[in-house]
Amino acid sequence: MPSATPPPTFPKRPIVALGRATINLFTRIGSVSLITWEVLKVTRYIIRDRSLYFRQALEIGVESLPLVLLIGAFTGAVSTWQTNYTAGDMLPLKYMGVATFKAVLIELGPVLAGLVLAGRVGSSLAAQLATMRVTEQVDALEVLAVDPIRYLVAPRMVSAVVMVPVLVTLDVFMAMWGGFLVAYLFMHVGFDLYFAEIPVFFKMKDVNVMLIKSATFGGIIAMNGTYIGMNAKGGAEGVGKATIRSFVFSALGILVMDYVLATILF
Amino acid sequence: MIRLSHVAKSFNGNPVLRDVSFEVKEGESVVMIGRSGQGKSVTLRNILGLIQPDAGNVWVDGDEVTQMSPVELREMRKKVGMLFQNSALWDSMNVFDNISLALRHHTNMTEKAIEEIVYSSLTQVGLHDPDREGQSAEDIGRRMPSDLSGGMRKRVGLARALATRPKYMLYDEPTTGLDPIMAGIIDNLIRELNTRNKTTSLTITHDMRSAFTIADRIIVLHKGEIFFDAPKEVARELKESPREELRLEKEQVVYQLLNGDHKGLVHPAIADHYEKAHVHQ
Repeated sequence: MPSATPPPTFPKRPIVALGRATINLFTRIGSVSLITWEVLKVTRYIIRDRSLYFRQALEIGVESLPLVLLIGAFTGAVSTWQTNYTAGDMLPLKYMGVATFKAVLIELGPVLAGLVLAGRVGSSLAAQLATMRVTEQVDALEVLAVDPIRYLVAPRMVSAVVMVPVLVTLDVFMAMWGGFLVAYLFMHVGFDLYFAEIPVFFKMKDVNVMLIKSATFGGIIAMNGTYIGMNAKGGAEGVGKATIRSFVFSALGILVMDYVLATILF
Repeated sequence: MIRLSHVAKSFNGNPVLRDVSFEVKEGESVVMIGRSGQGKSVTLRNILGLIQPDAGNVWVDGDEVTQMSPVELREMRKKVGMLFQNSALWDSMNVFDNISLALRHHTNMTEKAIEEIVYSSLTQVGLHDPDREGQSAEDIGRRMPSDLSGGMRKRVGLARALATRPKYMLYDEPTTGLDPIMAGIIDNLIRELNTRNKTTSLTITHDMRSAFTIADRIIVLHKGEIFFDAPKEVARELKESPREELRLEKEQVVYQLLNGDHKGLVHPAIADHYEKAHVHQ
C-alpha cells in the first residue's frame, strides 16, 4: 500500500531530528520539574504518611548498608595503595591518611557510592514502579483517588535524598578503616601516624561538599528511577528497558553533576 | 449518570474511538460488548479521566470529566469503583491492606471500623468460609496477592472496589478467567449490587451468558462506534431471530457478536485463512 506522505528528503531529516530532540528534551525537563514540584507539595503529609517514608528509608538506606560499607572499605584501601604508588616517594608517611581522607571525602566516596546506589537503588525503584505501571497498579491507585505522587514517588524521593548522604558518610568512615588497614599491613604505618594529620587539615567545607554532593546524587537516582519507572510501558520488556535506562541516566547524571558541583563549590 | 458525547480518541494516529455517545442512567446496569481492541477499555479509562479524549465530552454525576482539575478528578473518582481486567492488586501489600488503603487514605475511621468493612467486603465476594481451615476472611486478609489464584485475585479486586461503597461501578471483564460457577456467583453479585444497593454499573464482557444476566441494556462497540444500544430484551430477540431476516449491516454484526458466530460480516484475517483452506480441500 502506498504511504500517504512521502518520507522526508535528505536536507529535512537532520533538522526534523534536531527539532524533535529539542522538543523531547524540554518536555522532559518540564515534566521532571513538575514532578519535583508535586513531590514538594505532598511532603506536607510527611507526618501522616510517615510509615511509607520509614519503609522506603529502610529499603533504600538500611538494606543498602552492607554493600555501601564494603564499597567504602575497598575505596579507602585502593586510594591508600595508589597514593603510596604515585606519591609514596615524595609524601611523608604521616600524610598518607589525610590524602586518603580528602580523596574519599570530597570525590571518591560520593561518586563511587553514588554509582553503586544507582544500580542498587535506582534500578530497583525503576523496576518496581515500572511493574506497577504496566500491571495497572498505578491506575488502580488513581482510580481509588490515591495520589501516586504522594503515595509512591514522594516517599522514595525524600528517602533517597535523606538516606544517600547518610550512606555516603558511613562509606567514608569505612573507607578510612580500609585505608588504615592497607597502610598498617603494607606500609607499616601505625594508627596514630595514619590519623594524626587529619584534624590539622580538616575543613568543614569538605564535609558540606560531601553532603551536598551525595544528597544531589540521591535526588538524581530517585528522580530517574521514579520518573522512568512511572512512565514505563509495554509489559516485561518495558520493565527491563526502564531498569536499564534508569541506571544509565543516573550514572551519567551523577558524573555530570559531580563536575558541575566541583566547579561551583570549589 | 454517566454520559459520553461524541468521544473520539486515537493512539499514535490510529483511531480507537471514532464517535462514541451513550449514557448509563442512575441505577441502571449497562453491558458493553465488542471484539477485542475495539476501544472498550479505552472508553472506561476516558470515563475515569485516566486519559483525555481527543474530542467529545464525558460527564459523571453531572460533572464534566474532561474539564476537571486533578483535585476534582480525585473527588469524582471517589464516587466510582473499578474492577480491573487483571485485578491490578498492589502486590507489595497483603489482601487486608489492599482493601483498606483507600479507607485509610480518605477517612478517619477507627481501626475497628476499617476491619469490619474489609471483612464484610471479603464475605460479600465469597472469600469467607469459616468452616474450612485458612479460608476465613481473616486468613485471606493476611495472604499476599501472589499467593492467590486468578479467581481469588479478581474477587479481592472486587472487594477493594466495593469497600468504599461507590455510587458507580465499572467492571472490566469481571468473569474472564473464572470457572463457570464462580463466574455465575460474580454475575449475581454484580446484579445484586445493582438492584439492592442501586449501584449504577457499566460492565465490559465477552461472556454472553454473563452479559444477559447482568444487563438492563446492552451496547455494542464496533470499529470505534456504537453499533447497537437497546434493552436486553431487544438484544435477546435479535440474538434468537433467524439470520436470513436480518437486513441491516449493523444488525448482522451484532447478531454475529451475540452468537459468537465465526461466519458473517466481521471477518478477521484468521477466518479468511480458514475459509480458503477449506475451499482448497
